[in-house]
Amino acid sequence: MRWLFLKDLQILRRSPLVTVLLVLYPVAIAVLIGFALSRGPEKPRVAFLNEVPAGAPLVLGGAQFDLTGAKSELCSRLDCVPVSSEAQARQMVESGDALAALILPPDLVTRLESLGGLNPTQPTVRVLVNEEDPVKAGLVNDRIDSLVTQANLRISKEVSRISASYLTLLTRGGTFNLLGQTLDILGLRSSERILRGVRSELPADSSMGGALDKVIQFARLASQNLDQAQPLLTSIAHPIEVQKEVVSGSPPSLDAFAIAVAATVTLMFVTVLLVAGSLALEWEENAYPRLVRGLVGRTALLAEKVGLGVALSLAVTLLMLAGLSLFVDIHWGRLPAIVAAVLAGGAAFAAFGAAIGASAREVRASSLLAFMISLPIAFVSLVESGTVSPGLFDVIKVIRAVFPFDAALDAISGGLDASGPALGLPLLHLAILVVAYGLVARLALRRLA
Amino acid sequence: MSAQANGEVVIETRGLAKRFGERQALKGVSFEAHRGELLAIIGPNGAGKTTLLSILAGIREPDGGSVSRPPGEIGWVPQQAALYRRLTVAENLRLFARLEGLSNADAAVEEMLEQTALGERRDDQVGTLSGGNQQRINIALGLLSRPAVLLLDEPSAGLDPRQRERLWEFVLALAGGGTTVIFSTHNIAEAERYGQRLLVLADGDALFDGTSGDLHAAAPEAGGRDFEQAFVAFLRDRGH
Repeated sequence: MRWLFLKDLQILRRSPLVTVLLVLYPVAIAVLIGFALSRGPEKPRVAFLNEVPAGAPLVLGGAQFDLTGAKSELCSRLDCVPVSSEAQARQMVESGDALAALILPPDLVTRLESLGGLNPTQPTVRVLVNEEDPVKAGLVNDRIDSLVTQANLRISKEVSRISASYLTLLTRGGTFNLLGQTLDILGLRSSERILRGVRSELPADSSMGGALDKVIQFARLASQNLDQAQPLLTSIAHPIEVQKEVVSGSPPSLDAFAIAVAATVTLMFVTVLLVAGSLALEWEENAYPRLVRGLVGRTALLAEKVGLGVALSLAVTLLMLAGLSLFVDIHWGRLPAIVAAVLAGGAAFAAFGAAIGASAREVRASSLLAFMISLPIAFVSLVESGTVSPGLFDVIKVIRAVFPFDAALDAISGGLDASGPALGLPLLHLAILVVAYGLVARLALRRLA
Repeated sequence: MSAQANGEVVIETRGLAKRFGERQALKGVSFEAHRGELLAIIGPNGAGKTTLLSILAGIREPDGGSVSRPPGEIGWVPQQAALYRRLTVAENLRLFARLEGLSNADAAVEEMLEQTALGERRDDQVGTLSGGNQQRINIALGLLSRPAVLLLDEPSAGLDPRQRERLWEFVLALAGGGTTVIFSTHNIAEAERYGQRLLVLADGDALFDGTSGDLHAAAPEAGGRDFEQAFVAFLRDRGH
């Protein structure tokens, strides 16, 4: 078996196209995924017209808002193109240079500040949109809606905080600045205390006693109830709080999952195509009858091909992961788990490829068959529950169970990230598939006898 | 049907039968071959020649009958060269020598390179060789284990006359050295020229076992015409 293994490596070495593809394919996948992960999604290009006077501070309730930071945050999520006039912004949107224009009017700060005063006026921002591209239009609408919602939330919190401070002043007393003058506010609690003092000085039969008692009671009740208003205002600022509970699955990070998908796709194509092609080549070279005529057993021949697939797929997948580690953080401390996952996945894909190669017995036919079966299975395995009808998803679950992609993806996800799926079950699943596809391949070889 | 017993019998079959679905490929074929003999198996397409050779080689199991093989290897040379085209001549020989479990694979490679006179092409990839040279390597692979019997399935198919001549020189030398050579061919003239004995198969039946002269005599209506015409007349007389 050793000599056959070396022979296959020699043939690969002498097949530059196949070898180059074996190396280039994972590197290309790694670079593509790496760029995608490190750059994130493309930001929509938005013309940005800021008509707010330069240097105008936004003060709400005595606290100053960081307008520069807010603009930076905005432009970190949009590709902001500064423009100097509304006409220029409109022209950019109409010509398609920008998907939208965001216009901050000159009175934005004044109106925002009025929210903390006694005569609030609602501030507005204007958005000009180009909806020629529905996908991008949807993206820019979502982004702007999200940003405006966040801004509203922050302002709402600030207004609530200011309102709460006014209530505290009303309840407990303190000082208040109005038009440059500092006013002392007595507060309800002090008022109650003073009134109680006055009440105790009055004669028992004083006609003012009853009326004063009513005022004291009002001051006490008002003080007690306004104390409760602050948490009420907070709840208005956050009317709905989301409490998420994970009832199934402990997903790995998005990066780890993307890497796992890339690694599994690479593992699948490299291994299935290589093993199916290598086994079919034995027929194309007419060597199969000579080999199984006492030189190599059929089971040993299959084992050699699976071993070849596992060895090369391990090398190629680790090469791809090394390439990806230039862009994203890969936990190399989990190398034993990664290797175990890749070995098990590689063995299952190799056995699957051997079944295809033994059935097709022609390199081109087996390559085509491997590609035609593998690609749809990879797509189907990435379909999430809830995105298709329950009946269809039951069919998908069967496909996932029968083919190695899903189990390999789980194993590699678990290998890459401790928070991913546990390794035990996927490895067992892959081991069962190795045996099952090995038997299919063995039966297909027997057909020649 | 008569077998010529010249010396030691090295391979013998009795009532070999093989069926592929509805088709009976072999119908109780019996014959024997002797040490150093050149036995030609001839017959029309679909006669069962390749099936018979593959059963002798141990690639297929017969449905009925028996094969008595000599101790040790039987060399088998399939019709199409069973070689790895991306490996060199020497690498092919070395690979199969190792798979055969030969104790000194390198020595066996050198011997085969000398026997095939392909020493100068030892480092050439097989895919770059002519059909004739590929067939010589193909035969050399069958000889690696020094078999007592060499089975050749259409060995000269696709070769030009010069390549055929060199091939048969090589095969005759093997037989001269004591190797029993059993070959199938469509080329009746080649069978007459090189086969010391002929086994005629048609539709799975062994119709004749004897020399070319015996076959000529068995088709008297062919008169003085050539051997190929005598062979066709022989088959026609027997309903084929």
